[in-house]
Amino acid sequence: MVVPSLAPCNDFKDWGAKMAQNKAKMVSLEEGGFAIFLVLLAFACIIVAGKTFDQVMAFHAGIGALFAAVSVFLIFKKYFDDGGEVIPAEIDGKPNYNMGPVKFGTIAAMFWGIAGFTVGLVIALQLAWPALNFDLPWTNFGRLRPLHTSAVIFAFGGNVLLATSMYVVQRTCRARMPGKILPWFVILGYNVFIVIAGTGYLLGATQGKEYAEPEWYADLWLTIVWVMYLLLFLGTLWKRKEPHIYVANWFYLAFIVTIALLHVTNNLTIPVSIYSTKSYIVWAGVQDAMVQWWYGHNAVGFFLTAGFLAIMYYFIPKQADRPVYSYRLSIVHFWALIFIYIWAGPHHLHYTALPQWASTLGATFSIILWMPSWGGMINGLMTLSGAWDKLRTDPVLRMMVVSVAFYGMSTFEGPLMSLRSVNSLSHYTDWTIGHVHSGALGWVGYISFGAIYCLVPWLWNKRNLYSLKLVNWHFWLSTLGIVLYITAMWVSGIMQGLMWRAYDSLGFLEYSFVETVEAMHPFYIIRALGGALFVVGALIMAYNLWMTVRHGEAEEADATPAGSLAPAE
Amino acid sequence: MSAWKKHEVFEKNSFVLLVGILVMVAIGGLVEIAPLFYLKSTIEKTEGMRPYTPLELTGRNIYIREGCYLCHSQMIRPMRDEMERYGHFSLAAESMYDHPFQWGSKRTGPDLARVGGKYSDDWHVEHLKDPRSLVPASIMPGYPFLAENKLDTRDIEAALSVNTIVGVPYTEEQIANAKSDLWGQAKPDTDAAYAFEERWPTATIRDFDGNPGEVTEMDALVAYLQVLGTMVDFSIYDDKANAR
Repeated sequence: MVVPSLAPCNDFKDWGAKMAQNKAKMVSLEEGGFAIFLVLLAFACIIVAGKTFDQVMAFHAGIGALFAAVSVFLIFKKYFDDGGEVIPAEIDGKPNYNMGPVKFGTIAAMFWGIAGFTVGLVIALQLAWPALNFDLPWTNFGRLRPLHTSAVIFAFGGNVLLATSMYVVQRTCRARMPGKILPWFVILGYNVFIVIAGTGYLLGATQGKEYAEPEWYADLWLTIVWVMYLLLFLGTLWKRKEPHIYVANWFYLAFIVTIALLHVTNNLTIPVSIYSTKSYIVWAGVQDAMVQWWYGHNAVGFFLTAGFLAIMYYFIPKQADRPVYSYRLSIVHFWALIFIYIWAGPHHLHYTALPQWASTLGATFSIILWMPSWGGMINGLMTLSGAWDKLRTDPVLRMMVVSVAFYGMSTFEGPLMSLRSVNSLSHYTDWTIGHVHSGALGWVGYISFGAIYCLVPWLWNKRNLYSLKLVNWHFWLSTLGIVLYITAMWVSGIMQGLMWRAYDSLGFLEYSFVETVEAMHPFYIIRALGGALFVVGALIMAYNLWMTVRHGEAEEADATPAGSLAPAE
Repeated sequence: MSAWKKHEVFEKNSFVLLVGILVMVAIGGLVEIAPLFYLKSTIEKTEGMRPYTPLELTGRNIYIREGCYLCHSQMIRPMRDEMERYGHFSLAAESMYDHPFQWGSKRTGPDLARVGGKYSDDWHVEHLKDPRSLVPASIMPGYPFLAENKLDTRDIEAALSVNTIVGVPYTEEQIANAKSDLWGQAKPDTDAAYAFEERWPTATIRDFDGNPGEVTEMDALVAYLQVLGTMVDFSIYDDKANAR
């Protein structure tokens, strides 16, 4: 299968000698398969880039061609360097974990996190001072807002999920991830998707569906990467040395499978041509609205909840050094959560042109959802039984516990807001924005920070973080930021909702729309201040992690953290 | 044997777990989405709905491109204050040709479902170029570049064809003449405009951006804004017959 002529001629002798030395093997099916696929991809991209008159398409096809070509080069370079040597799955009877892609994902998460939080701060400032839009296409709020949401959810959150899932599934299965190229294809391919999606928004390529803005070709690429991710995850489960699949992996699997289903259904579009970035979705109007919010709410349910619950189920017991509180509770709340969450979407469409039966179903299941949500919270918090004293001394654990508390709070607020009477006030206002951010900054942000604070010393074999004091600063600054953010949004949201429906004594609407906009100005400033504190916290974190990797005290070789967790009781 | 023991089948077999997850997450979506495609009451019976003209469709794409939906809803709820502020509550029928829907989820600015005809073309052009020149407390970004950008019309026939694939009833004639119609709608008193009028009897022909020399992105966006919420004839619409 390998084509020897690919080796540079003048190196031929060296190459031959090296091959002999390394007991040369043919390129594996995996290497060959990926190489062929990527070569074809590179050619396809070059053709599209050459024929299109759509500049955004040309740019993105260029990125695709570059990525594919560099990847092919790296596959063969690696092959010629090690002669197709198979990496042992075990060394001295211990699993030889593949942590390279995990390290990459962790760094990428930190990078995209800071980028995404910063863009969030910028758009918060734009709402307070609109001159900051600069009257330019690529800096206006409408293009930056999807950049913010995608950067924090899919770039930051996604890389955290990819990195932690690859770490956790290997550790809890006591097995190396399958494949030499596959794990790298997944993590790099995912980040290429992020780059294409993000630059697309700035240049005006968008589907115009919230949280599903990337255009058809980016969606198609993500689908390929995601199927590979599912195979990688399942492949690791199949190689496991433990009889049971650990609970965190149930949640990761539900996250991967359901996101695939949601992504494909909500992005069924027909491109205008393969040379155009523009496409039209097959769903129309009311059906599109239903599909969109079935997707949108379950991006929350399966990306931002199930995936991060998996993180909770590994990292909290690990850091607290306690077993998961209840095995039975984890079974009940897992199945209940995934069954019920999927119904909750229509509560985004109360009082709209969606038939009322659908929105009533959505609200009903949203209320029921409170229970499995709190089941997860209780299981996470009670894991600290007998270890609560650690909250005083371990700021990383404290961050994760506060995260679970925020999870409990926002999963209580959510059902409340899904009631039609409450929703009639809260919908279309900043209350929703505040609610989302208590979940996003508090729950998703903090559990991710906690996991990354744990992962970095483990991955780079350091005894400890560089500074726990800085973790403390991060914790308190960003907590203050979150509190400022959500309280400002509560006040401005409820205030605006009430102003919209206020009548004067003569029975006329009391406020014009723009009067309600003016009233929100102070709260937009407070919100931006809260966001700024959150960004500062993340910068402190990045510095702390950098110093840990650069200057942290090395862990002794034997003392690497053990793989298994105590069984649940 | 305790019932909990039986759960082992999921914990020891990744394939069984995978199928179990798929079954659990499929149910809710099927029950909520599938009936919307066959229940006749989902989309009301109305008079007057037509597909967007090529110019309006292009304007709609600019609306989407600039992310207008992130601050403006197009969905009036049936509440007294909203109906007094914006007009009749929105019907499902009014977005039946919308791929994608643009109902929105946030009102940083006012609802636009019935903004068509409420303001003059001049007002829209000025407001889009510099919102604070007309509404001093507005926090909307300015879009002066729309008036500079010539309209890209190269894909318009293909765009209409794709729309017919997904169910929008454009006629073959409308598709074949899409480019000429796109110009015609923005250039009153030209041959293209007369031809446009034949194919689109209920659409409005105007020089929307106040710049007769060119057809710009501003023309398209204003044409789209001016048609929003104006298609359904509410003088003969029966709320009670369509109650659901």
